[in-house]
Amino acid sequence: MAFHWRWDFTWDILPQLAMGALNTLLAAVLGYLIAMVIGLGFALLQRTGIWTLNRLVREVVEFIRSTPLVLQIFFVFYVGPQFGLTLMPWTAGMIAIGLHYASYLSEVYRGALDAIPRGQWEACRALNLSPQRTYAGVILPQAVPAALPGMGNYLIGIFKDTPMLSVIGVAELMHTANAIGGNNYRYLEPYTLVGLIFLLISLPAAFGIRRFESWVRRALGMGRGH
Amino acid sequence: MSYLEFLEEFGARYLDGSLITLIQAVCSSILAIAIAATMGLMRLSHLWGVRAIATCYVEFFRGTSLLVQLYWIYYVLPLFGVPLDNFTAGILGVGMNLGAYGAELVRGGIQSVPRGQYEAAIALNMSPIGRMRRVIMPQAILNMLPPWGTLLIELLKGTALVSLISVADLMFEAKQINGSTYLSAQAFGTALVIYYIMARLIITPLMRWSETLLSRRMGRA
Amino acid sequence: MTVAIDKDAAAAPAPTAGQPMVRFEKVTKRYGNLVVLDQLDLDVAPNEIVSIIGPSGSGKTTVLRMLMTLEEINDGVIYVDGEPLTHMQRGGKLMRADQRHLRRLRANIGMVFQHFNLFPHMTALGNCIEAPVHVLGMPKAEAVQRAEELLEMVGLKDKMHQHPSRLSGGQQQRVAIARALAMRPKVLLFDEVTSALDPEVIGEVLNVIRDLATQHSLTMLMVTHQMGFAKEISHRVCFFYEGKIAEQGPPGELFGNPQNERTRQFLSAVLDAG
Repeated sequence: MAFHWRWDFTWDILPQLAMGALNTLLAAVLGYLIAMVIGLGFALLQRTGIWTLNRLVREVVEFIRSTPLVLQIFFVFYVGPQFGLTLMPWTAGMIAIGLHYASYLSEVYRGALDAIPRGQWEACRALNLSPQRTYAGVILPQAVPAALPGMGNYLIGIFKDTPMLSVIGVAELMHTANAIGGNNYRYLEPYTLVGLIFLLISLPAAFGIRRFESWVRRALGMGRGH
Repeated sequence: MSYLEFLEEFGARYLDGSLITLIQAVCSSILAIAIAATMGLMRLSHLWGVRAIATCYVEFFRGTSLLVQLYWIYYVLPLFGVPLDNFTAGILGVGMNLGAYGAELVRGGIQSVPRGQYEAAIALNMSPIGRMRRVIMPQAILNMLPPWGTLLIELLKGTALVSLISVADLMFEAKQINGSTYLSAQAFGTALVIYYIMARLIITPLMRWSETLLSRRMGRA
Repeated sequence: MTVAIDKDAAAAPAPTAGQPMVRFEKVTKRYGNLVVLDQLDLDVAPNEIVSIIGPSGSGKTTVLRMLMTLEEINDGVIYVDGEPLTHMQRGGKLMRADQRHLRRLRANIGMVFQHFNLFPHMTALGNCIEAPVHVLGMPKAEAVQRAEELLEMVGLKDKMHQHPSRLSGGQQQRVAIARALAMRPKVLLFDEVTSALDPEVIGEVLNVIRDLATQHSLTMLMVTHQMGFAKEISHRVCFFYEGKIAEQGPPGELFGNPQNERTRQFLSAVLDAG
């Protein structure tokens, strides 16, 4: 088998790969939404002031962050049936990738909240603002722009990690390419196209996210971004 | 089967797998550091062409995913007459991918050294190489260590993907054991704990230790 | 008052006549549309001590930074000891200086910075022997001995094994002076060396510079906000305004009887504030 690019084969498989790419995008967005919510939970649970709870959540976050996502995907998918609970590949995949990125995002949230100077909290106290006003009017408008770069990185990160979902049979891009390759005994075109599709999506996405960040900073009147 | 019996039966295989994972991690770390240093410095070159090559490398490897790169290296590269065994392909894939992220850390670390340090080195008439080696790098490396700690943990996690090109690493063993016993919680849970131990009890302390060592040598500790 | 100052100034070795040590010839520096230095002409004689004063943004610091080759010039020529600094002769043609030429001419010049810029990963001694050993190729023992003498001269021999982070601002700046001297420059540039210091330690740094001025033959260019000090040790003071030398002369004349309206305004503003 020598290097020989077949265009007819390329055109044949492109529609299937496009479908796979759509599923990849869907998985990334769904996973990210889950991660955003659970991540916020992780971050807030670490600010309760209850020492044991803070410590426990911290350890859970550290554990999830320091172990491989692909292993977590297997774990979530296979452990259910052992105890009589069968999860669909999509469900298991979303739980695993959502939890994994929740642990990353909780760190981003935490960092953004910690970066707000003490004086801001003290000024709110001095002005006798309600907790709601403190968060909505003062803290979040400063924390959100601080969190955006990290959040943007992880949005692209989750997109690039979705190929791991193929290991439990989620029909995303990588899985589609594997199937095509196996059926036709040709890997050159499908794998190369997968790489190109990833580049074509992630590079403009990275650019767009940076634009979005500086737009938010401008909209909040915090200078011209960078 | 109790968990103790499980460990008794499969412990040796977990050890074998861990060893392979560690070898993969060490080898790809070395490759990643070498690539990061080269590409990071190239990204700071004043020659447009040199900068462009490094930027392409970094954007390419950060723009696609590690798994895609691994499959491509293992299944497609041989078509170009570069046959690779899975072990080498794993090291190459992980090292080249994480090297691209590392290049950004190197660039950031060098740029974090204040301008005044370059200027003082020029005022002392040091050569461009001398400035980099004696003044900028020692400070950049210390600044870089904490993010490199995080990156090396990412690298360790990345090595789990080499199991998908059949390298018999920790992840691979866990999958095999799961397949033969259906004790998924034990099979995958044990592997998760071992990865956690490697990250928290080997990489993190090692990085902390080198940080203390370096900062003490610089009179900062 | 002027009498005492002139007496002090006379204690410094007098400038030598003949070829200037540093010469700026129609030197222009622009940042985009902003002209920082406008066709500057300035000669500094060997062993002369010149202070540069003026409002911020008048291009004072740029003069020193161009001389140290930290900034490129847009037009004109700078000569150091008779040789063009940023250009060189090659085959009868004048071309941009290469790294070798720059390093040869830079060897004549040393600089002390506003923010010290000591190397934080080296001790005080390490800072002072780094360049002698690695640039001049001096044997380490000799470099150490010389560095010790210099650190003793600036009163910091007991601190020589400390890292900069353990030293006060004044001490760091004195180490920086010793470090610059270790390279035996003919010209020493001082760029607002007391501006980043707490008021109570300014004196110890000025004392070191005063000793240098009176006991060594060294050409010095000094950008400073310390008018009293400039008055005391300089042979000549240049008042910069909008990229030009608006007025220059012996300190007694410039401070005692300024001719230019801008100089008068500037001096009365700083003296009032001081």
